[in-house]
Amino acid sequence: MTDLKMDLGFLTLKNPVLAASGTFGYGLEFEPYVGLAQLGGFVVKGLYFNPREGNRPPRLVETPSGLINAIGLQGVGVKAFAEKILPRLRGLDTAVVVNVCGGDDDEYVDVVEFLNRQDGIAAYELNISCPNVKQEGLCTALFAEPTFALVKRVKSVSRRPVITKLSPNVTNIVEVARAAEDAGTDAISLVNTFLAMAIDIETRRPRLANIFGGLSGPAIRPLAVRMVYQVASRVKVPVIGMGGIMTGADALEFLIAGASAVQVGTANFVDPDAAVRIIGEIAGWCEAHGVARVRDLVGTVRAA
Amino acid sequence: MTIDRNARILNVASWGDYCLFTIESPAVGGGARPGQFVMVKVSNSLFPLLRRPLSIHSASPVGIELFFKIAGPGTEILAGKKVGDAIDILGPLGNSFTVPADLRGKKAFLVGGGRGIAPLYFLGLELKAAGAGITVFYGGRCQVDIPLKDKFEVEGLPLHCSTDDGSYGFEGLVTELLERELGPSRPDLLYVCGPDPMMKAAAQMALAAGIPAEFSLESIMGCGIGACWGCVHRIREDTGDGWLKICEEGPVFPGDRIVWTD
Repeated sequence: MTDLKMDLGFLTLKNPVLAASGTFGYGLEFEPYVGLAQLGGFVVKGLYFNPREGNRPPRLVETPSGLINAIGLQGVGVKAFAEKILPRLRGLDTAVVVNVCGGDDDEYVDVVEFLNRQDGIAAYELNISCPNVKQEGLCTALFAEPTFALVKRVKSVSRRPVITKLSPNVTNIVEVARAAEDAGTDAISLVNTFLAMAIDIETRRPRLANIFGGLSGPAIRPLAVRMVYQVASRVKVPVIGMGGIMTGADALEFLIAGASAVQVGTANFVDPDAAVRIIGEIAGWCEAHGVARVRDLVGTVRAA
Repeated sequence: MTIDRNARILNVASWGDYCLFTIESPAVGGGARPGQFVMVKVSNSLFPLLRRPLSIHSASPVGIELFFKIAGPGTEILAGKKVGDAIDILGPLGNSFTVPADLRGKKAFLVGGGRGIAPLYFLGLELKAAGAGITVFYGGRCQVDIPLKDKFEVEGLPLHCSTDDGSYGFEGLVTELLERELGPSRPDLLYVCGPDPMMKAAAQMALAAGIPAEFSLESIMGCGIGACWGCVHRIREDTGDGWLKICEEGPVFPGDRIVWTD
């Protein structure tokens, strides 16, 4: 039996697989299909302080091995989450991570201060990288200085570990990762979606009402692996890797690149039980390869 | 709500771009209600990546029927499946049409356009079993777009057909046909599924005539289970208008709550 446990320092996961924010609802949607307690954890859909409308449809377009979305972080807000959803997640023996959003830095602080008073949350994931809420994909994670400032503010009020989720739509991902680390983030998760666009050639209109959206799915995996490798080799905090993971083999690639845990995203749409299948595939590979502890694989990529 | 990864295709019929599959799946068929849908994995490769939402054409403890039109690469791959092939279906999903228990003496109109006829067969059978008098309005661009007319007739579901080009039945839109009948033989219930402009026109008629109507909405879907929020439609609620998920809160909505956009 492979030991799948993964100690992130601030949080111990029973296995290295979490379901990614925005692809797993608030968790409860998946109860008919998976035992949520089998997961290393899951990250609930991004929460603003107040309920949020989201973007006009069409919000989705499928592309080769990928999906472009422009949902616009529609959601119930922290109060409804705390009243109606969180009580049903509390008993679960898995890490419930809340993805925290904000229209400005003050709102991130408001959300965290509100959630600080609620039980049953393992950590916050700071969503500073959604490409669908401001013009042309603008977000905090595109720049090192505002990332540093926001992470520092949130860390100063947070009673829980903070994971900072980075955008891949940057020139130098390491620079932004280091800014988050310098500001005291407990971990870094990457990557959020790639800013993308698709056009209907018959109507010559963008396929998304928002014009731009974020590309996810297997199409982005090599890009994400590269960025996880770059960041993990240059920061000391744990890195949580994601981007198009569909199988255990895909997840192992991220671990070997330097990720201490992974998030499964778009695959949850295709198969609601994908994350659990992936955990089994990781364990099976480790057993077949004589790997006793999955944590021994982290960052073991060799020279070319 | 179950994933049946080994749902066997028992029968395939096709008419041009339209296909009718009979699928063995007690797990999905057993509890299905008219108006519900399934998410079908058309391929085990990464293309197409997502499942395809298809409404349930009929259901029994043995399985389901699916009626669909080839509308892109996904449904084209699905249409290539043969009798004996196994497919992966997730369902039954979503809410269902309202079928009151006792409809004796009541009249129901069912209006379907093109592939939108799919859920109305299942619904027609249930309404008939509840005692309702049924009239089905079935429209398409031309005769090839109304391949199921015989199937409705065999089940004793009376049918008015229309084609845009007059190649079969009434020449014109199915909503024009509906409008003509709505006055003289006022139904108690109206159920509609088809392209948005058609549903919008039918919704306006139902509203003007004060007839309760339900509409089955369609959208591209990421997951079908309420997790991605990709398939929303504008819906009126007590708290104001909002983007509701077609997959979870729908696909069936009452006409007076749907906000139609152009």
